[in-house]
Amino acid sequence: MTEKKEYKVIGTRPIRHDGVDKVTGRALYGADFQMTGLLHGRVLRSPHAHARIVSIDTSRAEAYPGVKGVATAQDLPDAEDRIADLGEGAVNLKYLCDNILASDKVLYKGHAVAAVAATSPHIAEEACTLIDVEYEVLPPVLEVRQAMEADAPLLHETLKTTSMGETADEPSNVASHIQHQLGDPEKGFAEADIVVERDFVTGTVHQGYIEPHNATAHFNQDGQLTIWCSTQGAFTVREQVAEILQYPISKIKVVPMEIGGGFGGKISVYIKPVAALLAKKTGKPVKVLMNRADVFEGTGPTPASYVRVKMGATKEGKITAAEAYLAFEAGAYPGAPVGPGAMCIFAPYNIENVIIDGYDVVVNKPKTAPYRAPGAPNAAFGSESVVDEIAEKLGIDPLEIRLRNGAKEGDRRADGPVHPRIGCIETVETAKAHPHYTAPNGQKHHGRGVASGYWFNIGLESSVTINVNADGTINLIEGSTDIGGTRSSIAMQAAEVLGIPAESVNPSVVDTNSVGYTAVTGGSRTTYATGYAAYEAAQDVKRKMIARAAKLWEVDEDNVQFADGEFSCINGKEEQISFRDLCGRLGQTGGPVVGSGTVNPGGAGGAYATHIVDVAVDEETGKVEILRYTAVQDAGRAIHPSYVEGQIQGGAVQGIGWALNEEYIYNDEGTMTNASFLDYRMPTCLDLPMIDAVIVEVPNPGHPYGVRGVGEVPIVPPMAAIANAIYDAIGIRMTELPMSPDRLLKAMGKI
Amino acid sequence: MARKSHVQTTINGETVEFLCESRQSLLEVLRDELYLTGAKEGCNNGNCGACSVILDGRLVNSCLVLGVETEGKSVETIEGLAEPDKLHPIQDAFLENAALQCGICTPGFIMSAKALLDSNPNPTEHEIRYWLAGNLCRCTGYDKIVKAVMDAAKETSA
Repeated sequence: MTEKKEYKVIGTRPIRHDGVDKVTGRALYGADFQMTGLLHGRVLRSPHAHARIVSIDTSRAEAYPGVKGVATAQDLPDAEDRIADLGEGAVNLKYLCDNILASDKVLYKGHAVAAVAATSPHIAEEACTLIDVEYEVLPPVLEVRQAMEADAPLLHETLKTTSMGETADEPSNVASHIQHQLGDPEKGFAEADIVVERDFVTGTVHQGYIEPHNATAHFNQDGQLTIWCSTQGAFTVREQVAEILQYPISKIKVVPMEIGGGFGGKISVYIKPVAALLAKKTGKPVKVLMNRADVFEGTGPTPASYVRVKMGATKEGKITAAEAYLAFEAGAYPGAPVGPGAMCIFAPYNIENVIIDGYDVVVNKPKTAPYRAPGAPNAAFGSESVVDEIAEKLGIDPLEIRLRNGAKEGDRRADGPVHPRIGCIETVETAKAHPHYTAPNGQKHHGRGVASGYWFNIGLESSVTINVNADGTINLIEGSTDIGGTRSSIAMQAAEVLGIPAESVNPSVVDTNSVGYTAVTGGSRTTYATGYAAYEAAQDVKRKMIARAAKLWEVDEDNVQFADGEFSCINGKEEQISFRDLCGRLGQTGGPVVGSGTVNPGGAGGAYATHIVDVAVDEETGKVEILRYTAVQDAGRAIHPSYVEGQIQGGAVQGIGWALNEEYIYNDEGTMTNASFLDYRMPTCLDLPMIDAVIVEVPNPGHPYGVRGVGEVPIVPPMAAIANAIYDAIGIRMTELPMSPDRLLKAMGKI
Repeated sequence: MARKSHVQTTINGETVEFLCESRQSLLEVLRDELYLTGAKEGCNNGNCGACSVILDGRLVNSCLVLGVETEGKSVETIEGLAEPDKLHPIQDAFLENAALQCGICTPGFIMSAKALLDSNPNPTEHEIRYWLAGNLCRCTGYDKIVKAVMDAAKETSA
């Protein structure tokens, strides 16, 4: 499986197909959409973190000149308390609707309460201030451990804890408890010569995509609803809007515009149903845009969490047992990614005895949303810090202990699945041999740290259609939003099958009426699954083209061979024709050729990463500087290596931001006090060195070219790697994120 | 309704007239009145740089400039950078280096880089990082952007 196959297109670095549009400002993103007669919508948001809505009076706003319509939760169909399957997991419809426009209670500062459509955005904003909302303010609960206490303020009077199939009698903020057990943890800890147990706390962080959410909706007189928007998945928007508005999917068309970053945060809908409601009310197209504060306060960040990890090992460095307690903040409604956290936490290791408990807990913060490997970074910060401490106490090199315990094909993950062929060991070996790891590291207050990470990746549904052109090119129609160069990584897989250059493929991302069902660009699935569908569609084209060549030469299809872009006759006749020339003869041989491919593959194949970081700690200011960063990752097969490197570099830097600076800072009333890009401090290029991305290729047996998803796992190792480097520099174990200057100074006893 | 002012300015070398409210930013005017949507709104308070344009030779966040302030001035936007049949070397370098992923920050970065190379044709890596620190990118980790600007500098100063 690991032998290197020769490919003509895969592994090369063509210019991305949408590149010129994006460097010239021509590419149209959601907010760039214009239409005659367009109205502008804005959303009024709750000033309180927890309150009952006593009354909403919209009359003053409605009377304001330029206002064309006002919407509240009253305008939404009555939401039943039922579970809807939206392709992205089951969702309680009442919660989904209440998060769009609050009905009885507001559950976080920034919770949408009402919306206005007006002739200009400024008028809409002004009119929002004229909506009179009377609130009965309730005490908020803002931290997961406090929310779990018996006397904590309750967000939902009807929410009761489900724990492994059982539902509790009394209401609680704990929505669910999960547990995974493997082997006999008690016995495993008894066998250990050393046991390390530590508590970890992580803050609420945001995906931080640069483009705010946006949506333009229009209802035609025949009831056809069209929504132009930025989204990671046009089909999930269609499903969510259909459920929220109780409107048939066949009457909704979602047009995915270019998207300015998502990282998981543009799967849930917020203003899309609001734009549709306002369009319905006004009979005009309505564009609703968020501002940056809306994005921070009104859309899902990733959870803050409390994590406790205990691990035991023998003197020889064999990890004998591991235990984790994961309590994640879901935000206002249940659904924290504690399940994925539990799946990933010990996955880089083969440990016989494991117990993991996970809790999904509601608090008065925005409903959390996926963010790149959701749940895994919170968990790995704990486990990878503890592994480092065990290695240090045993005097074993931290990569060596990872090699001794590394997960391999056939080992079982604590939540059940047995690993297929994976590249965990290979990433550690590559890191260990890297010149970064062997370089001297001894300067005062400088330190080096390593950590590994895992993400399972997903498959799900994708559809691709290929239309063959007379000049030997193909038009490739797909439904996967392109957030990072996937037009090219998908097109290249079709090109490889057909023996044509990447440039001979014209990929288009189209609306929900124009391509088969395709799940979101998320879960690191796009190059894997939509690429797989492109491979299948190209195989379909190849079969049909072989039939055409056979017809042309009057031979059986079995006698036609296709290799390197040439069809040839292998039996008797000395015939040969290139793909390109045959494309020019489709009219004579039966008409146009269209190929299609649909997949729902199960073999996504997990991804592993191992990172090395050097830091300098400024003892005066507590500032941590990243001096050098190397990120090793198994990509299975890198279709377009530049964009694989880009995913690795971008994920690592988001992790650096999470590790060092990023967090929602709340006051006691539950107001985020840093809801701007000035105060929510994401890394700039001045904060960073070059990020050395090292691609390891252990082909995934679940994909024809061996592709593994690459987008998510690079955000998993950085927090622990940096914490371990800080320990190496100053001898202090940091257990709370972010490791910002004030926390460093406190830890060093300077303040 | 707020009364609109008549403004005459030069955009990408062409004389342009428009009407705008006093409260409308240059970014709003470019996008909503003139349909030049290459400049993007990421934060609307001068922290992300996605709306970067060059005003009378100086790099500005167009969300922090009022439309009426551009009377008699000259504005360069991303739409004016390429020749009809040829990209600007910075644009080429961004493509060659795969220096964009989602692309929303790209026009701002390219305008910032142009302002840098206009004033300092041979910047060091540190100077590039210092200059571009006003532009946020969340996808790339900046590595390939910095390399693209270094390559473009070599190209334009050669």
